[in-house]
Amino acid sequence: MTRAGAWRLGLLAGFALALELATRTGAISHTILIPPSAMLARLAGIVAEGQLVDDIAFTLLSVLTAFALAVSTGFLAGIGIHALPRLRRALDPFFATYYAVPFFVFYPVMIAIFGLSKLPVIAIAYLFAVVAMIVNTLNGLDRIPRVLAKVARVHRLSWADAAWNVKLPAAAPNLFTGIKLAIAYAFIGTIASEFIMATSGLGYSIAYAYNNFDNRTMYALMLFVVALVGAINLGLYEWEKRLMKRRTGR
Amino acid sequence: MSKALDVAMLIAVLIGLWQALNWYAGDVAISSPYDTTLHLIAQFERPRFWLHLAESIKAFGYALAIAWIGGIGLGVWLGAHRFAGEVAEPIVVALYSLPKVTLYPLVLLIFGLGISSKVAFGAIHGIAPVALFAMNSVRNIRPVYIKVGRTLRLTPLDAARRVLIPAALPEIATGLRLGFSLTLLGTLLGEMFASQRGLGFMIVNAIGLADTKTMMAVTLLLFIFAGTANAILLAGERALHRRV
Repeated sequence: MTRAGAWRLGLLAGFALALELATRTGAISHTILIPPSAMLARLAGIVAEGQLVDDIAFTLLSVLTAFALAVSTGFLAGIGIHALPRLRRALDPFFATYYAVPFFVFYPVMIAIFGLSKLPVIAIAYLFAVVAMIVNTLNGLDRIPRVLAKVARVHRLSWADAAWNVKLPAAAPNLFTGIKLAIAYAFIGTIASEFIMATSGLGYSIAYAYNNFDNRTMYALMLFVVALVGAINLGLYEWEKRLMKRRTGR
Repeated sequence: MSKALDVAMLIAVLIGLWQALNWYAGDVAISSPYDTTLHLIAQFERPRFWLHLAESIKAFGYALAIAWIGGIGLGVWLGAHRFAGEVAEPIVVALYSLPKVTLYPLVLLIFGLGISSKVAFGAIHGIAPVALFAMNSVRNIRPVYIKVGRTLRLTPLDAARRVLIPAALPEIATGLRLGFSLTLLGTLLGEMFASQRGLGFMIVNAIGLADTKTMMAVTLLLFIFAGTANAILLAGERALHRRV
């Protein structure tokens, strides 16, 4: 592990330890926060008893569906919009404003369109994630150095060869950013809309525990979400660093 | 000029889509653009609406101040101190991508019902992107600027004020713009869950009462507000980029 990684781990462990001490000694009241060890114990209980496993699986499936759809259609849409500069110029301010609108308010609209099912949650998560992928695909295509396109032409690569062997690798860092953001936004969209409106899923379970003053379950599930998203992010971060190293040949 | 025309055409297409959805899903699910606009204009004559609006503006103002100032402070420090940045970057990225709604009960338990929890919730949404952009911008400052600062024996504070911040400003402005949008989103979400005042409360209340027109009218107002603010910030950002 790198020195920074060790420090980071130490920092997080120290933070958890401080929380544990503060809650155990009563400096922070149990009605506000429970000790991290109690969260873990409850989480282990939830998993062992098999409660909420359906909710968790269901949420993860929704996130995955929304993410896969957002990345594939966002990538294709990005290519399409990039080919039409005029459309793109008009769309730019729209993209810039997009993330300031709380999409969750459209949940009732989604129910009217898709019916009472899992689809409204997936639709909102998809809408939330897709624009990040489109914007980053556009950025990636913009940053392909012109010389690379010329090299491809000099070598008389076919269109498909040029796209696959030259353009895609050149745009990869931005595409990666888009994928990372799409995962994050798919999670946010799914869990937030479950939290506010839905009647099942991880977000709903947290809101349900909160409304029933079941702090232990609430914090256990929060810890699960935070740890899961954190782990996915750290994994992607390391993978991206390795990719970038290979690119620069260092 | 042709750009304004393009944008106008896009808006026309969006309104057309909206109208089509209205025809498809019906007035109960989504009100028509015309009705929504009329309803929004009518809102401005109701004193209660002004109360909600003022509350939201106040909460958003505080949250934005915290997110911008705190984010720049944190980002500049993490960018200037390479090791601290390396340690903290994944943590800040994780905060950025976390579904913060799940943490809302925690924020409520700490800050209680009322404006302070909304402000806190808005600020934690906005601070991460501001800090990340500020950090990257400081890291990408050309080393020669920093060397000049060191040659002139500037104190760390002076170096930050006279060298680091001006050089990093264009990219910081991008972060501020993103932070603006996300802070707005966070503040509204905060109002939606546990509040009796503000535009977010109006939306949730309207959803609960199946009052689609009010829900759409407030959302339209938010979209117009966010769009206008974004356009202004974007223009400022472009001016900064040109200056460098």
